[in-house]
Amino acid sequence: MDYSSAVFYFFSFILLFSAIKVITARNPIFSALFLVLSFFSAAGLWLLLQAEFLAIALVLVYVGAVMVLFLFVIMMIDINVEVMKKGFWNYFPAIAFVSIVMLTEIILVLNQPFFKAPALFEAPKKSNTDAIGEVLYSDYVLPFEVAAIILLVAIIAAISLTLRGKKMHKGIDPALQIGVQKSDRIKMIEMKSEKVKIKKRTKRK
Amino acid sequence: MTDLIPQLNLLLPEIFIAIMAMFILLVGLFIDDKNKHISYGLSQFTLLCAGLITASIGFSQPQFAFNDMFIFDSLALFLKMMSYITLSIVFIYSKKYLFDKNLLNGEYFSLSFFALLGVMLMISSKNLLLMYMGLELLSLSLYALIALNRDDKKSNEAAIKYFVLGALASGLLLYGMSMLYGFSGSLDLYTIGNVIQTQNINSEILVFGLVFIVVGIAFKLGAVPFQMWVPDVYEGSVTPITMMISTIPKFAAVAMLIRFLFQGLESLIVDWQQMLLIMAILSMVIGNITAIAQKKIKRMLAYSTISHIGFVLLGFYVGTISGVQASIFYLSTYIIMTLAVFGLVILLSSSTKSIELIDDLKGLSQTHPWEAFLMMIVMFSLAGIPPTIGFYAKFSILQVVVDKEVVWPAIVAVISALIGMYYYLRIIRYMYFEKPTKKINIKTHFPMLSILTINAGGLLVLGIFPKTLMSISALAVGGSL
Repeated sequence: MDYSSAVFYFFSFILLFSAIKVITARNPIFSALFLVLSFFSAAGLWLLLQAEFLAIALVLVYVGAVMVLFLFVIMMIDINVEVMKKGFWNYFPAIAFVSIVMLTEIILVLNQPFFKAPALFEAPKKSNTDAIGEVLYSDYVLPFEVAAIILLVAIIAAISLTLRGKKMHKGIDPALQIGVQKSDRIKMIEMKSEKVKIKKRTKRK
Repeated sequence: MTDLIPQLNLLLPEIFIAIMAMFILLVGLFIDDKNKHISYGLSQFTLLCAGLITASIGFSQPQFAFNDMFIFDSLALFLKMMSYITLSIVFIYSKKYLFDKNLLNGEYFSLSFFALLGVMLMISSKNLLLMYMGLELLSLSLYALIALNRDDKKSNEAAIKYFVLGALASGLLLYGMSMLYGFSGSLDLYTIGNVIQTQNINSEILVFGLVFIVVGIAFKLGAVPFQMWVPDVYEGSVTPITMMISTIPKFAAVAMLIRFLFQGLESLIVDWQQMLLIMAILSMVIGNITAIAQKKIKRMLAYSTISHIGFVLLGFYVGTISGVQASIFYLSTYIIMTLAVFGLVILLSSSTKSIELIDDLKGLSQTHPWEAFLMMIVMFSLAGIPPTIGFYAKFSILQVVVDKEVVWPAIVAVISALIGMYYYLRIIRYMYFEKPTKKINIKTHFPMLSILTINAGGLLVLGIFPKTLMSISALAVGGSL
């Protein structure tokens, strides 16, 4: 076993272990942290394949931004995992049956010699970032733009589904405040002065 | 990249729709609630212009753009034109209902246009990547549209269900695509087709990828056994949104089916024919039988949609050009009928009381004779009774199936259509021969009623002269396959 395959097995072992822990951990925060670990080891595998841009992007974007946000969300909403996992064992036989059937089917297909051919691996002649950037803005410019529109739709959807309009804030419009006239606020009423006797008031009570 | 300008010309309708979607969104922010008809007018104007632009491209030969990712052929022209008309009619029918519910805002129009953009990209894509992007654009816009009625629990439930199942279907589709990419080394559908034909690749692996792709398409079409989401989503959404879900995405799904199965993987015909046959038969039988048991109109229409999709798939199963022509003709007919029936349901629902149960239609002919008459025409057409267009649609499908000399699917189709007649005709019986149980009070919205009359009358007129629509759809398919 040479050095690179040793590194591969090391990372993939951690990846599998942490992936399993993600779904079995009782505490959702542990799940999220194990997900971070699995992202990290996947990034290691990518580095091994000389895809350094993808590896760095995975760590920066997913570990650095997405998972931190996830952790915030998990900490803010109080999830009771025990309740969610209730009834799991009742469904277990059906789940196990379906999974085993699917697994054997997939193994039967994937055991074909086609998938066992050695991967034709060519080291890129220039840096990964260069290569991706070049095709992204030339060959794949149309899907790239469509992806931008999809993100726009996501923003529109998120805002229109969560923004509750102006009812939410109690701020005062300065323009309205300045433009106030005397007549808007003060109402002059002419009335005669009255004499109120204290005795009468007590009687009323 | 060769010359950019002629390529951009080909994409002009898409670019225009995208810009107008953003523009309408911005306009919607600056107008107050009373002036919502400005966004409405702008939307109709956009659709008209998009139609003109698309027509101005015209078609002679299939044209390609952006490294052959984008294709513009007669099929794309036809389906895009149909999508514009459909969306325009959806807007006309939805306007008053959504305005009363205070849902007629810029986001509604803008998201609808983004969904349309997704449909257009899917119709015109020859590339796995672009196809997937279009699909996601369409699906995301639809999820948001369903959830737009955010204070309603049922709408939220429908949106979540659609979202989760849609994400699963997208995942399956992607898995299939990755298999295709894995053995062919290309994302281009024509290249994949060439690789399959020239190189001797183990068919088991191909079928492995094919299964996932067919599953993804079937989910979008709502064919059995991937129909679980259809009734719930139809019922949960606001009726105008239901109308949109049941019409426009079907164009995209059918285009995806044609591009994948007929233009890319046609050498695997023996394999996907069986899959389509099973789904077609199951959809027709289960759709029609389950519809009988429904008490709510929208759920009944959902199952009726499933059975119609079965017929469309049956035409594709035949695998010949005439089969595809029959399917496209059936699809067009289905869209016209669906628009009419949902338009009537919207018309009969006022902002306070909406018609939900089939029982609510009892005695409609006494209170609203004209609406009941229109409903009768639509029901006849959905059931496939001559002289409506629904009859010719079913007839043309049966004809191509019998021409293939496989008779039993045709027999099953006829039997299931006969079963289906029961619940369509039951509505007519309720409207004409029963006493009203619930008072339906509607203020007749004249412009909408007149469009509905044209729509339902069209079913009759097209039924008497079916050649026009038939030859147009035949031309559209013939020019691109």
